[in-house]
Amino acid sequence: MNNSIGADAIASNGKAPRVRKKSLSEPIFGWFLVAPAIVFIAIIVAWPLAETFRLSLTDARLGGENYVGFENYQELLEKKKFHQVITRTFFWMFLSVSLKIILGLIGATLLNAVIPGRALFRVLVMPPWVIPIAIGCIGWLWLYNGHFGLISGIAQRIGLIDGPFGFLAYKTSAFYSAIITDVWVGTPMVTLFFLAAMQGVSRDLYEAAWVDGAGRWYRFRRITIPQIMPVIVSMALLSAIWTFNSFEIIWILTEGGPRGATTTLIVDTYKTAIGNYKFGEGAARAVVIVALLAIFSLIYMFFLNKVNKMYGSK
Amino acid sequence: MMDRYSRVQLVGIYASVAVFLTFILLPFFEMFMTSLRPLEHLFRAPYQFWSDDFSFDAYSQMWETVPLLGRYIWNSIYISSMVTLITMILVIPAAYAFARLDFPFKNATLSMFLGVNMFTGAVLLIPLYRVLRTLGLLNTYWAMIVPGVAFLIPTGIWLLRSYLEKIPRELEEAAFVDGASRLYTLRRVVLPLAVPGLIVVGAAVFIGAYAQQFLFAITFNQTREFQPLPAGLYEFIGYQSVTWNEMMAAALVGVLPVMVIFLFLQKYLVAGLTAGAVKE
Repeated sequence: MNNSIGADAIASNGKAPRVRKKSLSEPIFGWFLVAPAIVFIAIIVAWPLAETFRLSLTDARLGGENYVGFENYQELLEKKKFHQVITRTFFWMFLSVSLKIILGLIGATLLNAVIPGRALFRVLVMPPWVIPIAIGCIGWLWLYNGHFGLISGIAQRIGLIDGPFGFLAYKTSAFYSAIITDVWVGTPMVTLFFLAAMQGVSRDLYEAAWVDGAGRWYRFRRITIPQIMPVIVSMALLSAIWTFNSFEIIWILTEGGPRGATTTLIVDTYKTAIGNYKFGEGAARAVVIVALLAIFSLIYMFFLNKVNKMYGSK
Repeated sequence: MMDRYSRVQLVGIYASVAVFLTFILLPFFEMFMTSLRPLEHLFRAPYQFWSDDFSFDAYSQMWETVPLLGRYIWNSIYISSMVTLITMILVIPAAYAFARLDFPFKNATLSMFLGVNMFTGAVLLIPLYRVLRTLGLLNTYWAMIVPGVAFLIPTGIWLLRSYLEKIPRELEEAAFVDGASRLYTLRRVVLPLAVPGLIVVGAAVFIGAYAQQFLFAITFNQTREFQPLPAGLYEFIGYQSVTWNEMMAAALVGVLPVMVIFLFLQKYLVAGLTAGAVKE
């Protein structure tokens, strides 16, 4: 990427000067083109972000707001419930991302196999990625239904459970059910990125190993995995960020319940701010999210650099 | 030779693919089956896999049960189209600038755009609510369009930039040498060449806009007539007696627009979106 930017500079600087005279200068023209998008983002993202910081130092509610300093944060630090939310969020993220990566690797390997029908299989993997999450969740809501849902129905038929079991009605099962749905939403994209990366691995490597008698599993472990490692790392961290932010799935399935069992940080923020109109306290939670996301992003960049160096990627 | 599989291996691969696809497609399958069942058979325990009276009745009845259903679907399409249009108007010049021009703080600006990708709207809801209220946009279509655009600009710039970088530079240079202005070159030389890329990026933005409506709709819009499909259906769940068969039918009909776009362009969409994963 850096190379091409360098090339840009050389190419445009080397251009005939007479063109420059009648046209806008390049820096001004560049800013002229980028400015509308920047102004838009500034109003809709950057300013609200700054405002979130300010609000987090107030006790803003529907009525009005007073400056309270770091009171909201102090309350969060002391609140045991909030500690549980944080722990739950990280557990949620860790489990969901691990499953997405494992399933994505398995899926991509299967779809990369040279078998008849693979073009069709590749298309069939994508629907959860394409349709609105909310609509997929409505399907899952029905699947998890205790009395009339398919999963409870099958489990009863084969004798796993005695009576109807509402998966979203109990704390533990609701949590894992929400994770399964989150994995379902995220796996297609991870799979397709891994597949694209696998297709980019040079066939020569595989052929050389094959000639030397290396089996499939060996080739997978020693060629595929190292070759696509940068993509695995970036997908893991990007999935972590998205899973961390995942709101709709939990909201539609459980609204954070039962008894808070699926309340992750983002759901807690939403409930506090929008549900209970405690804008100040909600903003403090949002700032915690932003801080954590910033840390993830830094880790992401750090690892990506390191992995790229390690595996000699360009 | 290397890619030959023994019979046992082939069976294993197909079986694994079947399990994998079952997981992915199960909700769609069950949604479809549910939409075919008469309501009284839906609420029947124990669960029965097969009813002998499957019918498409739900697909005609749903319009009466939820009089606004047509409106919801139209709203979804309208909001997504407007988001796509505005996003593209903002993204095209910016992506071109990032692909071709050199200007101060170029890399910092690009990083800032990508940083936006780290957030979802959920973090910014409180102040965003106030911004939209100040602008007088709450409870209008714009309450869903404006934030939608903001969160799709980064993806749009990223995708279109890598596409524009592939267009040969010589054509623009030729136009320059002939004395064309920069804006003219962008409009008359670059954009026509970029049409396939514009379609793919536009489709990706449209699909993204269609997918992300729920949160903004339930938070910023209370007007039923403006609600997009996911929010409309969600409200439906809260009713006293949910007619699940009709709801599933409505959900499936509602995803048709994006599924059609996706099926036509899937090859290009996947190639465009995963471009970053492939080493050049």
